[in-house]
Amino acid sequence: MTTIAELPPGFADKVLSAQSTFRSVMDAMARPGLVQRIVPMAGAPGPMMRGTAAIALTLFDHDTPLWLDAQMAESSDVLKWLKFHTGAPVVQDSSIAAFALISDGGALPPLERFALGSSEYPDRSTTVIVQVDGLSSGRAFELRGPGIDGVATLQASIKPFDLFERLRMNEALFPRGIDVVLVADDAVVAIPRTTRVVSKGS
Amino acid sequence: MNAPAYNFAYLDEQTKRMIRRAILKAIAIPGYQVPFASREMPMPYGWGTGGVQVTAAILGPQDVLKVIDQGSDDTTNAISIRKFFAKTAGVATTTATDEATVIQTRHRIPETALHASQVLVYQVPIPEPLRFLEPRETETRRMHALAEYGLMHVKLYEDIARFGHIATAYAYPVKVNARYVMDPSPTPKFDNPKMDNCPALQLFGAGREKRIYAIPPYTQVVSLDFEDHPFEPYRFNAPCALCGAENSYLDEIVTDDKGGRMFVCSDTDYCEGRQAAGHHGSLSAAPYKEKAHG
Repeated sequence: MTTIAELPPGFADKVLSAQSTFRSVMDAMARPGLVQRIVPMAGAPGPMMRGTAAIALTLFDHDTPLWLDAQMAESSDVLKWLKFHTGAPVVQDSSIAAFALISDGGALPPLERFALGSSEYPDRSTTVIVQVDGLSSGRAFELRGPGIDGVATLQASIKPFDLFERLRMNEALFPRGIDVVLVADDAVVAIPRTTRVVSKGS
Repeated sequence: MNAPAYNFAYLDEQTKRMIRRAILKAIAIPGYQVPFASREMPMPYGWGTGGVQVTAAILGPQDVLKVIDQGSDDTTNAISIRKFFAKTAGVATTTATDEATVIQTRHRIPETALHASQVLVYQVPIPEPLRFLEPRETETRRMHALAEYGLMHVKLYEDIARFGHIATAYAYPVKVNARYVMDPSPTPKFDNPKMDNCPALQLFGAGREKRIYAIPPYTQVVSLDFEDHPFEPYRFNAPCALCGAENSYLDEIVTDDKGGRMFVCSDTDYCEGRQAAGHHGSLSAAPYKEKAHG
């Protein structure tokens, strides 16, 4: 049994580390496709990457229901760490989650199962945080939309391979939709619901 | 106990998390007003409590903060907010637009073009552009949901019917990313074109009305108009009396009770920068006059 003393630590300086992490995530959301770095270090439990852990410490609390994929939910280290450091309730129903943590992108459930917001309150939607293999090499994706000066090219090794095809539902749903944050170690890229993939190469 | 009684940048961490989550959704849905649990701040509503909360949630020790009120760095509101963050967050402050990383503004966008590493935070009194046309929040919310903005066009049309032109001079409604009609806060419509395709992130905070909204960088912002009555920015037809600028937004200053007046740049940093660079106007300060008169 893990005791609290054995849990990976949170931020050394929770105020300034949370601020720095938030600015990285805010810049990522404001400039889709551009890779931002998360600098502050925190312990990361089980299958959780350090970037994901920093985002969790920065944005999660008792007001944010979390949905975890099977790999995360099966890790008692993850559950204990989240409970101790953030207090965020873990829910089984993905359609009421404020955030979803996906460590195995291959098993990403259909995006319609998450909260999409309503036409009146499109902000009441799930932010899906997907851990991916890499955000510096791999397939090239050309992105357009608010926050992008013309076209942004993202090179990434992503699972599920058809993530961007699946995200095309955001086009029809807007202003409802799903916002995605991709994390690879300390690198983070956001794909808000306004971003469109115009073409992709290998 | 001599420990400081407040957190870094005044707000507690739980409040910052809540505001930060609202900011992320605001950026993801450009122009949509995200409700947030606005806190009481140590200043009255109307003094920029919304902008202050947004600034407090994003500010870090490495930031350089500039605060302007109607373009001026030197008014009570600008000085007190600048001092507030210098004291509670220990951040460096500046009046130079170029050097700032975070600029909090009341009712102006700086004349100097903003760049990609800057964030512009607006203080917003009434975030709902439809509020004076439809007082019910339930109705305006539905109008936004359906993108039903006919009422706003009727309002602008009534301006034309009554005055011969669109008489709205400030808080001129814009459409963001071809979807949401948004109130740009009471900036003069002269500033509207600066919001379009701006390299800087623009965040809007309304404290009393409890709304946060945003325009991401490089986002289309169009001022509403008609084909036969296109949007036109308004500016007094005069050069700045201090720096001679012919393309800046001007304040009209009454100088006596006999109809005397002067027009000066509303953006004090821009005006001082131009004067320092050797530009001068018809009423420049004494040293210039003395030199000119030998």
